[in-house]
Amino acid sequence: MAQSAVTHAAGGGHGAEGTRRDFLYIAAGAFGAVGTALALWPFINSMNPSADVLALSSVEVDLTPMQLGQRITVAWRGKPVFIDRRTPEQIARAQADNTADLPDPQTDKARVKKPEWLIMVGVCTHLGCVPLGQKATDPRGDFGGWFCPCHGSHYDTSGRIRKGPAPKNLPIPEYAFLDDNKVRIG
Amino acid sequence: MANTSAPKPAFMNNPMVKWIDYRLPIFTFMHHELHEYPTPKNLNYWWNFGSLAGIMLVVMIVSGIVLAMHYTPHVDFAFNSVERIMRDVNSGWLIRYIHMNGGSMFFIAVYIHIFRGLYYGSYKAPREVLWWLGIIILLLMMATAFLGYVLPWGQMSYWGATVITNLFSAFPLIGDPIVTWLWGGFSVDNPTLNRFFSLHYLLPFVIVGVVVLHLVALHTHGSGNPVGIDTKGPQDKIPFHPYYTVKDLFGLGVFFLVFAAIVFFAPNMLGEPDNYIPANPLQTPPHIVPEWYLLPFYAILRSIPSKLIGVLAMFGSIFILFILPWLDTSRVRSARFRPIYRIFFWLFLIDCVVLGWIGANPPEGYFLLIGRLATAWYFLHFLIILPLLGWFERPLPLPTSISEPVLKGGGSVAAAKPMEKA
Ligand code: HEM
Ligand code: FES
Repeated sequence: MAQSAVTHAAGGGHGAEGTRRDFLYIAAGAFGAVGTALALWPFINSMNPSADVLALSSVEVDLTPMQLGQRITVAWRGKPVFIDRRTPEQIARAQADNTADLPDPQTDKARVKKPEWLIMVGVCTHLGCVPLGQKATDPRGDFGGWFCPCHGSHYDTSGRIRKGPAPKNLPIPEYAFLDDNKVRIG
Repeated sequence: MANTSAPKPAFMNNPMVKWIDYRLPIFTFMHHELHEYPTPKNLNYWWNFGSLAGIMLVVMIVSGIVLAMHYTPHVDFAFNSVERIMRDVNSGWLIRYIHMNGGSMFFIAVYIHIFRGLYYGSYKAPREVLWWLGIIILLLMMATAFLGYVLPWGQMSYWGATVITNLFSAFPLIGDPIVTWLWGGFSVDNPTLNRFFSLHYLLPFVIVGVVVLHLVALHTHGSGNPVGIDTKGPQDKIPFHPYYTVKDLFGLGVFFLVFAAIVFFAPNMLGEPDNYIPANPLQTPPHIVPEWYLLPFYAILRSIPSKLIGVLAMFGSIFILFILPWLDTSRVRSARFRPIYRIFFWLFLIDCVVLGWIGANPPEGYFLLIGRLATAWYFLHFLIILPLLGWFERPLPLPTSISEPVLKGGGSVAAAKPMEKA
């Protein structure tokens, strides 16, 4: 009790500028806070993708059996990748729509390496469902591409978002044609 | 206070009890919180649901710990381990159905508990912090239930996890890194399942901690009551034990009857059949719905065409409850004496049910329109109606004491006597 009374008196005596003791409190507190934050970081970071998950997995796909107008799904990094061998009409429609009112403007050319092969990650940019349209019997939405049933997003024949709550076009993964009939994704 | 405190029970004079109590005053504490704790004498059955929620929390923890002894948190084994619990583990089917439907019963109890609070103005001074702690419990429960639903690794588990974690991608810049961090990969996968199991085990115990704080806050100013005026003296109160312990136990019997009826006769009534199909990352089920207790919030999310604003509105619909004590400007607590608020209370309750119904349906056509109107009403109720009502509504005259309405005019001499002494 007596001690705290003394401290108070000393603190009060130095007025608004603060005392050496105040400085020490703040400095020690700040050190403690920064130290704790630094110690916390490894724990938070441990939840980020680990080295084995990051080790870039890639898949090779043989395209020989694919018919014109056929769409297939392959798994890459736990996600579906859509491969679409587009018909000339679908390509023409995609290119004609370059100038349409696009929520996420992108030309069809920027989305393909060869116009006949549209390769995209088949994950709706709204909340991550897999859009329908891979099977010929699936609904393909108002623009002949893909339709996400979860909350009603419509994608066109270039995989661009046209209508619905999704904000972005279906993403294009990294890929390379190894030869005319083989593609490596990732 | 000395007047209300019941005499110490005989066992407190036992030397053993005395020896322990001197070193750890556990018996004094229990006696004080349960026996002496003076409770308004007019609590009705809507006051049962707090203790029911607490008992459901215990049921969830006990059944969960036993399930965890048989469950395998790995994408290749999780689904089959749950099926093994259902078919091979002794009484496994019972324990799993208790846990599965116990979650629903827990939410039923808590939602009734919350609407009780809305009707009787339980959130008003001096119980604002008590109210906040309750909302924190609700948020933790939602997180826990969501995490638990992912564990059986069926189609709804997987796609529910995908859609809900993707909500965070709505935030600009930090969104995508957060989602990757939540997943521990590039999609919902084994790392996600592992951490969800770890957190599903942890959060219920965090809830226990917040419940303790909730009770400390409750016991600081005592329970509210249906007429909403403060207790004026000992004639307004009775000891919690045995009066309310008995009333709570009776309610528990009825509640467990309903619970048992569901567990034994309709255990999958509230579930989605799709969750008995193993998770398939390449195919989304045609119709994704969350568990019923999250449907109203899901409806709010979907009724707004922008992704970010939809997410903000969904979280906002819960966070708005934190400022409710200040949005409601009326000094009168109980809706019994607020004729206009009472109407809006029921409209709000209907609005929440409508939102739940919309959440279970696809967001198209009329559903979309009704969903938007119901969402608008939800926020209108809190942001416009409640603040204005406090000014414009003319409350009915309040009784002068709790005893007055209970004893029809305060005629009873027996009840009024202690007041004269106090
Ligand atoms: C706040 C309390 C809790 C709630 C609301 C809750 C909720 C849930 C839900 C909704 C499920 C999915 C049930 C299904 O559809 O199969 C679940 C599963 C599970 N929970 Fe909990 N839980 C709680 C506490 C606990 C605790 C304390 C444990 C202990 C470790 C636990 C362990 C499990 C396990 C192992 C599963 C997977 C088995 C299964 O799906 O039946 N839970 N939980
Ligand atoms: S996830 Fe595709 S529309 Fe919502």
